[in-house]
Amino acid sequence: MVDLKVKVHELEFKNPVTTASGTFGFGEEFEEFIDLNRLGGIFVKGLTLHNREGNPYPRMAETPSGMLNAVGLQNKGIDYFINNIYPRIKEYDTEIIPNVNGSTVEDYIEVTERINEIEDINAIELNISCPNVKEGGMSFGISCPSAIAVTEAVREVYDKTLIVKLSPNVTDICEIAKAVEGAGADSISLINTLLGMAIDPHTRKPILSTLTGGLSGPAVKPVAIRMVWQVYNAVKVPIIGMGGIMNAEDTIEFMLAGSSAIQVGTANFIDPEVSIKIIDGITSYMGKYKIDSVSDLIGAMDVEELY
Amino acid sequence: MKKIQDCKVLGVKNLNDDTYILELTTPETPEIIAAGNFAEIKVDHTPDVFLRRPLSIFDVDYTNKKISFFIKITGKGTALLKEAELEQNINIIYPLGNSFKPEANGNALVIGGGSGIAPLLLLANELKIKKSEITFLLGGRKNTDIHLFKEFEKYGTVLITTEDGSLGEKGRVTDHSIFNSINGFTKIYTCGPNPMMKAVGEIASANDIPCEVSLENMMACGFGACLCCVTETHEGNKCVCTEGPVFNVNDLKW
Repeated sequence: MVDLKVKVHELEFKNPVTTASGTFGFGEEFEEFIDLNRLGGIFVKGLTLHNREGNPYPRMAETPSGMLNAVGLQNKGIDYFINNIYPRIKEYDTEIIPNVNGSTVEDYIEVTERINEIEDINAIELNISCPNVKEGGMSFGISCPSAIAVTEAVREVYDKTLIVKLSPNVTDICEIAKAVEGAGADSISLINTLLGMAIDPHTRKPILSTLTGGLSGPAVKPVAIRMVWQVYNAVKVPIIGMGGIMNAEDTIEFMLAGSSAIQVGTANFIDPEVSIKIIDGITSYMGKYKIDSVSDLIGAMDVEELY
Repeated sequence: MKKIQDCKVLGVKNLNDDTYILELTTPETPEIIAAGNFAEIKVDHTPDVFLRRPLSIFDVDYTNKKISFFIKITGKGTALLKEAELEQNINIIYPLGNSFKPEANGNALVIGGGSGIAPLLLLANELKIKKSEITFLLGGRKNTDIHLFKEFEKYGTVLITTEDGSLGEKGRVTDHSIFNSINGFTKIYTCGPNPMMKAVGEIASANDIPCEVSLENMMACGFGACLCCVTETHEGNKCVCTEGPVFNVNDLKW
């Protein structure tokens, strides 16, 4: 029996496979397709203090090996989540991790404080990297002072595992990673979507109502792998890697680059069973290469011959 | 219950250059399909066609385990599907979405524009079972856009408009003379391009006739996870994939 358990700060995932915020709803949307109890964790849809309708339609554009989205954090607010959704999904035997968003530092603090009251939630993911909102979101995550300010503020009111989700839309990802580590992050997740754009050549109009959106899917995977590797070598806190993971081999690649766990995102739209297939695929991989513990793969890229 | 299934291609029946019917055999008895339900079809992976294609279910044969789709080529995905080979496996997720609510013992006006006729034969069958009278109004740009006339005729009167006047009355569906006296109809059901459905909806509302429209917004998943396909309603944004595709026209803010 192979050991699939991984540890991210004080969080213990039964396996490294979790689902990315914004691609998996609140888990329930997938209940008819898979056994959610098998997942390492579920990062639920991004939450804000108040109800948000998100951006106008169209919010999506298909692109080669990926897609752009400009959903804009549509959600019914933190109270609706706590009162109406969480009581149902807490029954799943998996880590439920809320993704916390805000337009101001005060928003982030307030949402976090509400979640802090829930005993069974062991971690939050602080989203300072959403590219699709006018205020807050990514603007916090692309400069060190603002990334530090929001991370420190949330750290002060949250005593469980604090994961900070980084934007790839920066000049130096390591600088931001070190900044949030210094500000108290227990773990770093990356990458959020890459800012992109698409135009219809026939109508000469932008495809997204917001003009720009976030690119995800296998098109971004090499960028994500590179950034995970760079951050792995720059910080001590564990990394949760994501960006275009479609199968078990992609997952192994992210772990070899330095991820302790991974998030499956856009692939969930195409194959709602993909996360479970990935868990099974990791088990086969470990059998094939006689690896007892999946955590032995973290950062285990073999570079010896190169030097 | 939503299913993910590999289905074998039974045939691709070309109706004209850009319209065809794709017939699949399901591995087990098909799930119960209601008119308006759709499937998310996986097109063989090419970098350009990354996402599944949401397509209305056109017909279902529970005894012979068949499910079929009426498809108009609108892009690379629907063009590639036409090239599907016999016996090839195609992966589908179905049934998705809500459905029309056919009225019993009514007098129905069923309006289809272009490929919007896709869910309307199933609807006709449900209306017939519920003992409603049916009048169809089918519209297109030209005569070759009007399909399946004979199939619709089995269920009721079929009226036609074409923009170039090559078949039926000349003009758009809402130009048809039937609209001079529509108060005999108890409900309107429509599927087609948004401008057409908006125009139909306005007439329905003005005459106090209940009207259901089936939307086809772009979507990434089809089951409520991506939140990309929303339409604005009086109760906020709603997902076309899970809270639609069929809406009461008065609920929409378009």
